[in-house]
Amino acid sequence: MLSRTAENLYWMARHIERAENTARILDVAHRSALLPLDIEGTEAYLWYAPLNITGCAEAYESRYGLARNDAVTHFMTFDAENPCSIYSCLKAARENARAVRGAITQEMWEVINATWLEVTRRSQAVTEDGNADFFDWVKDRSHLFRGVTLGTILKDITLSFIRLGTFLERADNTARILDVKYHILLPRVTDVGGAADYYQWGSLLKSVSAFEAYRKIYRDVITPSKVAELLILRDDMPRSLHACLNEVEAALSQINGGSGHEARRLAGELHATLHFGRIEDVLMQGLHEYLTDFLDTTAQLGREIGQAYLSRNHLGRFSSMSKVA
Amino acid sequence: MKKNTSPFYNEMTAPDGNIRPIYQRYDDWLRHHDSAALERKGREAELLFRRLGITFAVYGEADGAERLIPFDVVPRIFGGEEWRRLETGIKQRVRALNAFLHDIYHDQEILKSGVIEPEQVLGNAMYRPEMQGIDLPNQVYAHIAGIDIVRVAENDFYVLEDNLRTPSGVSYMLENRKTMMRLFPELFAQHQVAPVEHYPLMLLDTLRESAPPGVEHPVIVVLTPGAYNSAYFEHAFIASQMGVELVEGQDLFVQNQRVYMHTTEGPQQVHVIYRRVDDDFIDPEVFRADSMLGVPGLISAYRAGHVSLANGVGTGVADDKSTYLFVPDMIRFYLGETPILSNVPTYRLGLKDDLAYVLEHLDELVVKEVQGSGGYGMLVGPASTSSEIAAYRARILDDPHNFIAQPTLALSACPTLVEAGIAPRHVDLRPFVLSGKEIRMVPGGLTRVALKESSLVVNSSQGGGTKDTWVLED
Repeated sequence: MLSRTAENLYWMARHIERAENTARILDVAHRSALLPLDIEGTEAYLWYAPLNITGCAEAYESRYGLARNDAVTHFMTFDAENPCSIYSCLKAARENARAVRGAITQEMWEVINATWLEVTRRSQAVTEDGNADFFDWVKDRSHLFRGVTLGTILKDITLSFIRLGTFLERADNTARILDVKYHILLPRVTDVGGAADYYQWGSLLKSVSAFEAYRKIYRDVITPSKVAELLILRDDMPRSLHACLNEVEAALSQINGGSGHEARRLAGELHATLHFGRIEDVLMQGLHEYLTDFLDTTAQLGREIGQAYLSRNHLGRFSSMSKVA
Repeated sequence: MKKNTSPFYNEMTAPDGNIRPIYQRYDDWLRHHDSAALERKGREAELLFRRLGITFAVYGEADGAERLIPFDVVPRIFGGEEWRRLETGIKQRVRALNAFLHDIYHDQEILKSGVIEPEQVLGNAMYRPEMQGIDLPNQVYAHIAGIDIVRVAENDFYVLEDNLRTPSGVSYMLENRKTMMRLFPELFAQHQVAPVEHYPLMLLDTLRESAPPGVEHPVIVVLTPGAYNSAYFEHAFIASQMGVELVEGQDLFVQNQRVYMHTTEGPQQVHVIYRRVDDDFIDPEVFRADSMLGVPGLISAYRAGHVSLANGVGTGVADDKSTYLFVPDMIRFYLGETPILSNVPTYRLGLKDDLAYVLEHLDELVVKEVQGSGGYGMLVGPASTSSEIAAYRARILDDPHNFIAQPTLALSACPTLVEAGIAPRHVDLRPFVLSGKEIRMVPGGLTRVALKESSLVVNSSQGGGTKDTWVLED
């Protein structure tokens, strides 16, 4: 496959997944805003979470100052100047898809194109629909895209690069959500176990569609360590780090050739720590430290993938190949 | 029955008001459908096109907005017999044009024999001395040709221009058909419409046959200037229909006079490039050095015979409007045949007598730049104001050699859905001709229609639309 094609497929999938995750993060923030919180400076505190998770707090502050509901929501949904907004992600996904139209199916292109047309329309129209409707719509479109992809595309490396993008982005996102929420939700030791925690951890679970799974698996009160276990180590939970790394490792093993040894090794190593890890050890190390390590490693993995498959700098490899020939 | 007294040929309705036989069935169907129903179908088609992203970018428009080419839901219909005659004439013309290109880049017999003055070819900016003496597979230069044809009477067709560089529009031919079949399945059940859907396979065969000698399983790619090119949709469409990679210049590189593409598995050699990048931009080492779209070294690989380009380099010298004049001579010279299709009578403003005549009759004539395309920079005398004519006259006098003039043709008209209902609008036709080991065409082409009443400019960049073109099997 053409390296540029692989690059666009990978980023197309990442952008769609990122749009979905941003919608999830905002959805939770809006739900949480409805709860009677008694922490000092609640509103700003609450609305910094989505900015911190997506790493765009600075860009936000330089334009809007303190975090506020309406400004953060606009900044992260329709703001064309914010490269992390849902609008920008869907636009970028469409540009990636347009660059590889021949490599994806007609149906996939139509989903992405129609999504882009609709988000453009919504960004211009004053709509009566609430934010929740919009977030649901973004999630639906992402689900639809994945379904259409699996239902129409040949299972070759095209799909491998798409899945690589999807699950690396998702792993990154779940880790970020957990990390940011971990701080926010445990501001004071005495709060642990209180009613506020139930709602806060509950909304975290809902943001990654894990609330029902939690109840089904644990049949117990919500505790931080079980939430962490579910979202980090359980591989039957579709948005957990372990489940994502299962997919990343599988996708990488489908992609032959190139110089992907380091990427495969890194993914394998990370996968093994999740596969054999225990939540007690994770908590012992400190959740924040653990997640920071994880995010560093996935960033490194992303760079390795970029260098091995997506870059056009093959001349070094070419000269070694021509010696053999 | 309303009488048809218009001065132009109406393809559906005869002057006595009777429906021509070829449109009889369609007319029966039309009688049972009002224009509101057709308008609904038209909106449906627009939605389909928009969803598929069949859009084009307009040069010079601010945000590079993507626009749809208007699609008309009324088909343009040809009979099998009239089509066969057209097809023979078109193929004859393309054979002669390829023979001409081979000749001028080799022995130049046609110049030696005096049929065409050497200056006309060798002094042409589109003549590429780099191509002199290079042998191409099958001696084919223009693998894909788009021949623009207009009709003025029942059996009277003129070739308006030959497009031998990177003619576009074939994706519209294919998508128009797909859309019509979806919108009006019952019409296809009633008519025996010859299929065009196999065009991409024919193109793939043509490109395979054009591979460098000795390459049994050629790797074929489509080279596009990129996603911001106005015809990008078409490039992507054709590549995916053929199942080959769509590449940009940055995806290719040349080593040891061979062309490779960067893939996830390392470099892979490429044997045939269907390029949609103009000569000027294709290799910064040979042509425009500032080109970011091309591949450095490509021409050296091409000249060494390790890669085929479709179309070949240097075809522009044959489709230029001043060379156009000589195509009937080429047919006689190379094929020893009588031209089946006529040229539009053409004045060359570089000639003194022609210039004098044209300046006298600017208000009746169409004047074009020799190397212009897309309907830009032309003067349609009868449709222009006297100040527009005066301004154009000054441009002509500045450099008369750069212009040709032709009489304003009474282009045929086809029924078209417009605001006032169904009304005749002027049309032309661009069939696509593929040349490899043999010459191939699908029955049909792209019909362009001038949507404005009495307008003769059908170019999509100037507000023209397109129609599905039917050739009925008898």
